[in-house]
Amino acid sequence: MELLIKNGFVYDPINGINGEKMDIAIKNRKIVESVHEQRAKKIDASGLTVFPGGVDIHCHIAGAEVNTGRLMRPEDHIKDVVRKTAITRSGVGYSVPSTFTTGYRYSRMGYTTIMNPSMPPLEAKHTHEELNDTPMLDKASYPLLGDWWFVLEYLQKGDLTECARYVAWMMGTAKGYAIKIVNPGGLESWGFGRNVHSIDDQVPNFDITPREIMCGLAKVNKMLNLPHTIHLHTNNLGLPGNYVTTLDTMRALESVATDDKPVAHITHLQFSSFAGDDWATMRSGAEEIAKYINAHRHMTFDMGQVIFTDTTTMTADGPFEYTLYQLSGHKWVNSDVETETSGGIIPFHYKRNNAVNATQWSIALELALLVDDPWKMFMTTDHPNGGPFTSYPKIIAWLISKKARMATLKKCHKKARRNSLLPSIKRELSLYDLAIVTRAGQAKALGLKNKGHLGVGADADVAIYNVNPEKIDIARKYKTARRAFSDAAYTIKDGKVAVKDGEILQHVDGRTIWLDVQTAEQVKVDEEMKRRFKEYWTVEYENYPVTDHYLKVSDPRTIKADV
Amino acid sequence: MIVLTPLRQFQFPVMAECINLDVFQGKSVAEIAALEVWEGNRKKKLGDLFKIKQDPAETPNITLNGDNSEVRRVGMGMKNGEVVVNGNVGMHLGEKMSGGKITVQGDAAGWAGAGMKGGLIEIMGNAGDYLASPYRGSSVGMSNGKIIVHGDVGSDVAVFMKGGVIKVHGNAGPFLGFRMHGGTVHIEKNIGNRAGACMTGGKIVVSGFLEEMMPTFTIDSVKASVKIDEDEKAAGPFYVFLGDLAETGNGKLYVSKVANPHLSQYERFL
Repeated sequence: MELLIKNGFVYDPINGINGEKMDIAIKNRKIVESVHEQRAKKIDASGLTVFPGGVDIHCHIAGAEVNTGRLMRPEDHIKDVVRKTAITRSGVGYSVPSTFTTGYRYSRMGYTTIMNPSMPPLEAKHTHEELNDTPMLDKASYPLLGDWWFVLEYLQKGDLTECARYVAWMMGTAKGYAIKIVNPGGLESWGFGRNVHSIDDQVPNFDITPREIMCGLAKVNKMLNLPHTIHLHTNNLGLPGNYVTTLDTMRALESVATDDKPVAHITHLQFSSFAGDDWATMRSGAEEIAKYINAHRHMTFDMGQVIFTDTTTMTADGPFEYTLYQLSGHKWVNSDVETETSGGIIPFHYKRNNAVNATQWSIALELALLVDDPWKMFMTTDHPNGGPFTSYPKIIAWLISKKARMATLKKCHKKARRNSLLPSIKRELSLYDLAIVTRAGQAKALGLKNKGHLGVGADADVAIYNVNPEKIDIARKYKTARRAFSDAAYTIKDGKVAVKDGEILQHVDGRTIWLDVQTAEQVKVDEEMKRRFKEYWTVEYENYPVTDHYLKVSDPRTIKADV
Repeated sequence: MIVLTPLRQFQFPVMAECINLDVFQGKSVAEIAALEVWEGNRKKKLGDLFKIKQDPAETPNITLNGDNSEVRRVGMGMKNGEVVVNGNVGMHLGEKMSGGKITVQGDAAGWAGAGMKGGLIEIMGNAGDYLASPYRGSSVGMSNGKIIVHGDVGSDVAVFMKGGVIKVHGNAGPFLGFRMHGGTVHIEKNIGNRAGACMTGGKIVVSGFLEEMMPTFTIDSVKASVKIDEDEKAAGPFYVFLGDLAETGNGKLYVSKVANPHLSQYERFL
């Protein structure tokens, strides 16, 4: 199957192409130099913008947490019911959509690759079953390893090599892609109803601190040559004054950075950038954080934008969800996943006329605009924590247009409006920058070599939007741009035209990417290991690993480790 | 006036949120007949299921005749106008309505007036479960308006209610006013157990018998009468209980002294 996309304005930041009018040739799921002009199916993209397929570095779309979120929110589904069509299956939205609807909605916005963070290894089977049912997208999951007892035990002993071998084993066992760390030490403490409050607090029953967990796993990540860095959700997330903890975290990780490559990714940074002493005095810490980020090169970030809507928050950070429950009094779910992690879910309504919510909205945009280098700061909502991913076009409008930002800020709570830095920020992202923060930068940070660009050899994932950069000024006509980015003119997945004018044309199964990390000496599943399994888990070892037949379309990446 | 009569006995639920003056206004009979409804999993036109007739009389604006007990969402979200149902009607009658009036000569099924924001619903027969209560999982209950039921009501009435008035001339089932935080409910006859569980505000008035008082309610006083609405009072005397103490304890539960001699033991705490 050959495909030729003709005359589009191509934005491909990884290859340095900035709005050039050119053709993109596709043959058998890959982008190639050229195809047979007559034989190939042609797409006329003249007057349209051609981007690589979108990449989302952080969105909760599958797994035990997400599914519990679905169970506890019938009122969320009833307002957004999707009927089946001849091609697509029925489903529901809104903030925790059903699996098929998730796939279709991402595809309609031109996204082709998404990363499902926070998968407790114990729930890995369930997560992969749901990912199999999420069509149109390539996907991967990050197993939660920051509070796994094996990791804590080896790091406490200072045995990084052994820790690395077990992490490598876990990547293959849970079919994961990167090391996810959530509130390091805090989740283990939560098992005893406690939390850690700084990166140097002691974790109960272990002789270890959050600082040691983060730095240890960052080193392990390097030893194993994993494509992504550690994926970090900081301590004290969502509490006023936590930007100090975030700065401490970033400084602590400086010691791990020995070359120019990033060593960690702090996710949903907005939730970690609060200044002030309590909720009444809570304000933005974005300026201090952005100043640090601009002066350092060892980390990447994503926004965690807040959208003013009714959504469902879900995170492995159990103690934080308890704080949210105390604030809102809403129905909530909390769980402790044995020796691995914890979890919590609570519905949340972000409101414009709430000073804290409006400040949160402002913080995320301040961060995105004050960090000069778009390769460091990516666009997310931490779906569904900040808002559903279907709001991405709104964030795009705020990023590309000061007019759009000011129009929303005008309607916000007056305290938030007074303290917001947004009126003083003139920066407006160009389409080139937008391609970085929504795909190229994310793919680069993830180490996905064949995603996020349109060079020869890349996967044939392309998004075409109805934006003519020669005709319209997106900063002024932000509403046109918002519409264009909500319904892609075309989405091409694996060389197949999946979406045309916001309508799904065909069902495409995505692949599940996972890491097959090869260490010199593999972890042996011996009697000792099985004994520890018996002691630590409620499941037997034999029932624990995700075997190959669990993945509908398996896409292992073999990694050669240094240990 | 538009008169709708079912053409046959419906075997499956008919989702007819278009039976609403806001939708009908300015439309001819032919246009109304072309409106979309769902019967089970089939998409149908209103004219396929109902005989639609224009009547010269102005009020009421919409009349439903015949057996409509499978017809759901009548007057859903309506803002004005008057609907009369001559007979029984299905679930979700007047759900989220904000104005106008609905009169049902027969019985209404569950979720009548769910999440109501204004207007008046009068049911001459009985009402089902979840009267004025939000859909499962939602915490947005009735906020304004008035519901009058001349017969009995089912369980879980006025869940998450935050405003407005519900007046029931008959009996009520259990879990009335669960998580209620405003508004007034008056039950003239007997009521099921667990009334006012988790309530944090509002008034529940029981003129009949309540077998078991929740242990998380505490007696406050005895009152001769209680105001129900602008021009309406319920004659007592009533024991006034405060609760639910498992929550804030700011809700008020009035229980008739005469009909509940077994509650007299609480008097020693006064």
